[in-house]
Amino acid sequence: MARARGEAFWWAIFSAGGVVTALLVPIHVLLLGFVIPFWWGPADTFSYERIHALLSHPLAKLYLIVLFSVPVFHCMHRIRHTMYDTGWRAYATPIAFLCYGGALLIMIIAVMTIVSI
Amino acid sequence: MSEAYRRPVSDTWWLKNPNYRFFMYRELTAVFVLAFLLVFLYFLRQLASGPEAYNAFLRRLSSPWSFIFHTAALVAACFHSSTWFNLTPKAVVVRKGEEKIPDAFLITPNYVGWLTISVIIFLIATWS
Amino acid sequence: MAERTITLEVFRYRPGTDKEPVFQNYTVPFRDDWVVLDALNYLKDQVDGSISYRWSCRMGVCGSCGMMVNGTPKLTCAAFLKDYYPGPVRVEPLANFPVERDLIVNITDFAHKLKEVKPFIIRREEKPVSEGEYLQSPAELATFKQFSMCINCLLCYAACPIYGLESSFVGPAAIALAQRYNLDSRDQGQEERHDVIFRHEGIWECTFVGECSEVCPKDVDPAGAIQQAKVGGALDLVKSMLMPRGAR
Repeated sequence: MARARGEAFWWAIFSAGGVVTALLVPIHVLLLGFVIPFWWGPADTFSYERIHALLSHPLAKLYLIVLFSVPVFHCMHRIRHTMYDTGWRAYATPIAFLCYGGALLIMIIAVMTIVSI
Repeated sequence: MSEAYRRPVSDTWWLKNPNYRFFMYRELTAVFVLAFLLVFLYFLRQLASGPEAYNAFLRRLSSPWSFIFHTAALVAACFHSSTWFNLTPKAVVVRKGEEKIPDAFLITPNYVGWLTISVIIFLIATWS
Repeated sequence: MAERTITLEVFRYRPGTDKEPVFQNYTVPFRDDWVVLDALNYLKDQVDGSISYRWSCRMGVCGSCGMMVNGTPKLTCAAFLKDYYPGPVRVEPLANFPVERDLIVNITDFAHKLKEVKPFIIRREEKPVSEGEYLQSPAELATFKQFSMCINCLLCYAACPIYGLESSFVGPAAIALAQRYNLDSRDQGQEERHDVIFRHEGIWECTFVGECSEVCPKDVDPAGAIQQAKVGGALDLVKSMLMPRGAR
């Protein structure tokens, strides 16, 4: 039986995505969910002008693209396998297509959005 | 081997013991992280759309639903990070001679890196 | 003083007679130093000779007496009655395997997988005896020693929910044993084991629940073996993408 090179590929992406998610996602949740609404500093810190300028920078865009690439695939890989583990194994192939296809779609939309900032 | 009895396995097997439940909570963090990434993507779309859309979104961040969602997302994201870092020694084995190096040598740098990167991102986001 | 007793709820299944398994309750004397296996042997000797189960060494090295004790896979020779007192103690055959009779499971599936991973030293060329033995340093031994402690008791398969849902999964012990040989400096057979380890039903089915390592009575840590194999597989993929086969 052949080596499942595809599985090695998805696991490698899952693994890289796990690292990026673990290091970067929590602070962004904190920022968006709590720091912005409860911000105690200057009034213009999260103004449209400042944030737009900040995220228009090419390095910021590159950073955001990374944030929306491997972590999305990481989540979808986990969701795919969790579905297998909770009784949906019979639909293994369509689930894999939907998960990775969905991740690709989200990544494409993200890249287009980020580029247009 | 004529009538070997096969016991059925339930789809809710993961409710059966605390380790299985812990595993399932760990896996479910992916749903919350993905949901947050979609919210964050929406934030970026509103930013790209202009000041009115952006400010409208900021107002929605102060709603009770936003706090409930972001609290769940923060708990999930932190739970993902800590379970991820703590499992590093299982996947990566470093030996000094015959002995494995202590697990903490592999785990602690992850936490230090996490804290450092978080502080840097916070400063970039808020420092005028 | 009245002798203390403890109740065992024993899973019974007699093929041909029983359509469904039943639980039969037995009361056995409670002794501080008895294990569940002692209670089963007492039952078979004194109470009900028809109970069928496997056991051998009674000291945790043969791997024969694995059963579910109160829902957890255990070696019954290592499960002390005093840890379950006052009981009752539910004794069932090892989970995720078909039940032949009473507490005996059919392990043919594992036997087949064990054979597939080729659990022996494979050499491209054998050294002639005149050249002496294969030398191995303590450090080289240390890389695989933990995985060599497996006694094939199959508690890990009983604990693995993936194996329970999908019996084509190669499983913890088989993969740990493959790693034991892959990491052995004397072995040159990694390629021959790759198809078993890296096929779809190999390591990639594992979602790192980790319960296999929790229940292992010999601290083999099969979950660790599998994660290390995944990292190895991913690195192999990256290497093969960056470097054509000939250059490696």
